[in-house]
Amino acid sequence: MTGYNKRETKYPMPVQDPFTRSHNFSEVALGYPEETAKREAARCIHCKNRPCVNGCPVAVPIPEFIGKIAEGEYEEAYQIISRASSLPAVCGRVCPQENQCEKYCTRGIKGEPVAIGRLERFAADRHFSHPHAAERPVSNGHRVAVVGSGPAGLACAGDLAKLGYEVTVFEALHAAGGVLVYGIPEFRLPKEIVAREIEELAALGVVFETNTVIGRLYSVEELKTELGFEAVFLGTGAGLPRFMGIKGENAKGVFSANEYLTRANLMKAYEEDAETPIFRAKNVVVVGGGNVAMDAARTARRLGAARVSVVYRRGKEELPARREEVEHALEEGIEFKFLTNPVEILTGPDGNVCALRCAEMELGQPDESGRRSPVMKPSSEFEFPADCVIMALGTSPNPLIRQTTAGLATKPRGEIVADEGGRTSLEGVFAGGDAVTGSATVILAMGAGKAAAKSIDAYFRSRPSAV
Amino acid sequence: MNRILSRKELNKTVTLLGIEAPRIAQKALAGQFIILRVDDQGERIPLTIAGCDRERGAVTIIFQVVGGTTIALNEKRVGETIADFFGPLGNPTDLEGVKKAVVVGGGVGCAIALPIAKRLRELGAEVHSVIGFRNSEAVILEEEFRALSETFYLTTDDGSRGRHGNVCIPLKELLEAGKYDAVYAIGPLAMMKYVALTTKPYGVKTVASMNPIMIDGTGMCGCCRVTVGGVTRFACVDGPDFDAQLIDFDEAMERSRTYLPFEAEAREKHCRLYRKEEAQ
Repeated sequence: MTGYNKRETKYPMPVQDPFTRSHNFSEVALGYPEETAKREAARCIHCKNRPCVNGCPVAVPIPEFIGKIAEGEYEEAYQIISRASSLPAVCGRVCPQENQCEKYCTRGIKGEPVAIGRLERFAADRHFSHPHAAERPVSNGHRVAVVGSGPAGLACAGDLAKLGYEVTVFEALHAAGGVLVYGIPEFRLPKEIVAREIEELAALGVVFETNTVIGRLYSVEELKTELGFEAVFLGTGAGLPRFMGIKGENAKGVFSANEYLTRANLMKAYEEDAETPIFRAKNVVVVGGGNVAMDAARTARRLGAARVSVVYRRGKEELPARREEVEHALEEGIEFKFLTNPVEILTGPDGNVCALRCAEMELGQPDESGRRSPVMKPSSEFEFPADCVIMALGTSPNPLIRQTTAGLATKPRGEIVADEGGRTSLEGVFAGGDAVTGSATVILAMGAGKAAAKSIDAYFRSRPSAV
Repeated sequence: MNRILSRKELNKTVTLLGIEAPRIAQKALAGQFIILRVDDQGERIPLTIAGCDRERGAVTIIFQVVGGTTIALNEKRVGETIADFFGPLGNPTDLEGVKKAVVVGGGVGCAIALPIAKRLRELGAEVHSVIGFRNSEAVILEEEFRALSETFYLTTDDGSRGRHGNVCIPLKELLEAGKYDAVYAIGPLAMMKYVALTTKPYGVKTVASMNPIMIDGTGMCGCCRVTVGGVTRFACVDGPDFDAQLIDFDEAMERSRTYLPFEAEAREKHCRLYRKEEAQ
């Protein structure tokens, strides 16, 4: 193959400079301009093996859409992506590409891989910036309830709506989008993008019922018996925050990342005249190393914290966060304390957190996940000052559905048992996303939602009164 | 959007609203709560359901005007709407097998104690109640409690009405004189703490209804965590009722003060707005 762009590194993403962006909540990465996108797209050599596609959890035909961008056929590029992915504008921004598509890119063997994520984002943003009409499919008369409006629910609802199902999405909060609105900050995923995706689904005929909590207002059973839905998809996510169980963890000034981020993102507590309070501290410590930890740390910085430290029990190489988020955090002056684990939270006379007692860690034998598990170094304890501690230790599946749905099989930690098509132990009840896997990524949840939509369609077709 | 169907000021700082919410009215049980937002920019606040009118499709809430949100809510009039009204949340109070109970209400907590007392009566239980207030001006729901109680005590801290002192004094007398299956305490954290201490020697099951700071009410934010028997529990999905003997009330009191400076600021801001309007 000749004629490809031989540049060995990705074209840099234009970003807001670190100082400016540490004081605002606007999006950090600004997106490729058209010419840059075309040039970056030309870096793809269209190799025969297409290893990138295998690295994508939903098998987006990557070389094809990149080829269209190189040719300037942007809408076609978008259409190619959207046949495999429900949320291209979101995934282009939040997917851990370095562990997926880009990890396997042939160009990455020598130099940097093609910037697949940035190109996906470009195609999606381009699509939304140009007017387009969604065609409303003809209804097949069958009603499906989707519980939860996060990535899994939105993907499932979208695919079912395109097949002609009448879909109602039930959301407990006052705004639809799940983790995309309460969890991921504005500076990483503008809420306008989520709103656009939801409008797009509404244009397909999907009905959104916010302020409706399934498991309390209606049980899963009542969705069928009282409200007349023939199938139910549970995309209730993994929202229940984990804590360490250490002394002082319930002191004033200790928050779950979910609480801190929900106040900032969903409730817009960072705005001057916001009615929802958020704890403003000078010296913030975030415990954890995933994307949520980075989001919390960078939010704290933007809320005016003078010093923000991320405390992580493993090393830099083991950080589960997207590489770009770690780099952005470092640029914004976030400090990292690796191989460090809190053992106690200390409080001052005012009842507020004043310090963390931490232990140094070293990496021992690999655990079942293949990561080397950290072991505490003897007599290595030290105190680390903090007036606010944010726990970003992962989440467990929301308990409401399993507490109120008889016969729904779940695992000991609360995950709903479902096969790869999302079929649960109850007939006509499907599940997918973090509710099934425990906390994972947007794209895996989206993929699970799409797989469940296929199973739900097959379920209707196999019934005596087939579609 | 939910319409306000009725409004009544119970005293200077406590107001009752009947909110149009037919789906919630159908399903809600005693002890459950709702979360509301007054307007699109508003804060989400939890309020325990004080009653339901299934025929009218109305849910009653009773609240004390304390901060920015409750000030705004108190300004709403019949016919006006609020942005969001969401529930029912939390587990209903477990009244199974209770034949004789003491219901203890403190201040605006009486609004939550009343539906529990009513439900107990519906289930055929004998209800004794003790309700306490700061002073005579703060008294609410006196007639309602009196009407359904076998014995009824009203206390005020300053003695301006009923018995002088706190709720624990008549509660202790009741426990000395008779045997009860359960004591339900709903009120300020300090009151519930002392109710638990009072009932402890009698070994009677004592339930406290917690009303911590909350955002989502569905188990997501962890803001409402309460230490119960040394274990962290979430009031929204595990509660709001817990065994009062096991609750770490001191921690809960400390946690409830997290946003006090912010609330004071909100009140001040609101007052400034008023002053400005008056000056114009």
